[in-house]
Amino acid sequence: MDKIEKTCIICPIGCNLIIEKDPESKDGYRVSGNKCNRGLQYAIEEMNNPTRILTSTVKIRGVSNKMLPVRTDRAIPKDKLFQVMDVLKELEVELPIKAGDLIIENISNTNANLIASKSIA
Amino acid sequence: MNYDLVVIGGGPAGLAAAISARRKGIKDILIIERDRELGGILNQCIHNGFGLHLFKKELTGPEYAKCFIDEVRELNIDYKLNTFVLDIDDKKELSVINSRDGFFKIQAKAIILAMGCRERPRGAINIPGSRPSGIFTAGTAQRLINMEGYMVGKKAVILGSGDIGLIMARRLTLEGAKVEAVAEIMPYPNGLNRNIVQCLEDFNIPLLLEHTVIEIKGKDRLEGVILAKVDENRSVIRGTEKYIECDTLILSVGLIPENELSKSAGIEIDPLTFGPIVDESLETSIKGIFACGNVLHVHDLVDNVTLEAYKAGEKAAEYIKKTSKERVLKTKKVKLYPGNGIRYVLPQYVNIDDLDNNLKLFFRVNDIYKDIEILIESNGRLIKKIKKNQVFPSQMESITLDKKLLTELDQEEILINVK
Repeated sequence: MDKIEKTCIICPIGCNLIIEKDPESKDGYRVSGNKCNRGLQYAIEEMNNPTRILTSTVKIRGVSNKMLPVRTDRAIPKDKLFQVMDVLKELEVELPIKAGDLIIENISNTNANLIASKSIA
Repeated sequence: MNYDLVVIGGGPAGLAAAISARRKGIKDILIIERDRELGGILNQCIHNGFGLHLFKKELTGPEYAKCFIDEVRELNIDYKLNTFVLDIDDKKELSVINSRDGFFKIQAKAIILAMGCRERPRGAINIPGSRPSGIFTAGTAQRLINMEGYMVGKKAVILGSGDIGLIMARRLTLEGAKVEAVAEIMPYPNGLNRNIVQCLEDFNIPLLLEHTVIEIKGKDRLEGVILAKVDENRSVIRGTEKYIECDTLILSVGLIPENELSKSAGIEIDPLTFGPIVDESLETSIKGIFACGNVLHVHDLVDNVTLEAYKAGEKAAEYIKKTSKERVLKTKKVKLYPGNGIRYVLPQYVNIDDLDNNLKLFFRVNDIYKDIEILIESNGRLIKKIKKNQVFPSQMESITLDKKLLTELDQEEILINVK
């Protein structure tokens, strides 16, 4: 791997990032094509430890046709997405619930908390 | 029943329009929403990525909606849920129905149309074959899975690469379904680049450009589809057909502003946007009826819907506060035309004398263009020129024209071209 190209997903612009291995630099990579600093950070994370915010839904106890939307409060390693989904499948929450309420702390040892993204009374 | 302002639709456009009218001093406002809760389509868009421009952070759809629903409640703005507007007439009288109050009429001084848009269904693209269950528009599948808790299938093909289709490819995969492919008839994807990456590439879902579904197989439930490659005229290339077994077909093939009510009032519709023809105040061809959000033209980003709706609310408030004498006939009406390479331009008219400040106009191109200039002309005279590295039909563009420049125009039309 000398040079790879990736589309930045930080914002809707979608810069075309060119990432080159560079043992001289602090992070080990030289990045070009990014329009902002967050693109640089994204490129380096994509090389070392790609992460994503996971959004999904969980069941509500006693309610049949309504789901609670949830999210991780920070990005989690990409290869743990399905592991967390397996946890969510078994989960049932009780009402009332407020947007931002903690549902599971440090879910699947990702250092991220699972939180509600909607208030349901 | 009488209201100063009735807002039809409680989604992002309706909420922001009502809030902005209230901030401008209008007390007597009613929002009418046909669903069981406020928030509109944002309620089913549980993914993150909303609000980057407005709030400088990435919110999920329900979180974005909450910011505005909370404000509507704090401002004590009236709203009716599970309530449907059947008809509007040109005197701004609405015929409304719900199961609690039955049928009733509301007389409004001003109306804001914020009904959003609807998905193009199978019938709009005429896919031949049988008519089994298992064929969903992307938004319907999204509502079933995210709001109501029903999984739609196990093995899916997605037709169309609009953002909702891409988002659903990821969502179905996370929920345990296998997405066989996303087929796009055009040579380029229709959604944002970031969604191609985080929804398809992350999960190794193939994106088949210049491909379409040419046949649907199955009697009761969908059993499979036939995909084929198309040439530059979008005609199927014989010999490229391939059968893919699947129980679900998701259609993400475009959105159309929902204007049955606008038409019932006699509002003029632009055949290019499928939304009302408006001026710089977002006022339609009927005085006192305004339009904003996806009912006016389909937006890429909800942030832009909110900004447009704030303006509609403000302008509706100004209209209500004026007496009929003060609502002078607008003068010097200039028409904006889409020229070469431009699919549509908004607003369609501008009343130069009524402009508060500079005019921001929005447009979409009709193809991908590289290293181009956008030329704004009036009667053959160039009035503004802007360079663009690359433009896509899927991305709304905007240009601001100086008020002073517009006041000096002696012609009554403006043409926007790609060169």
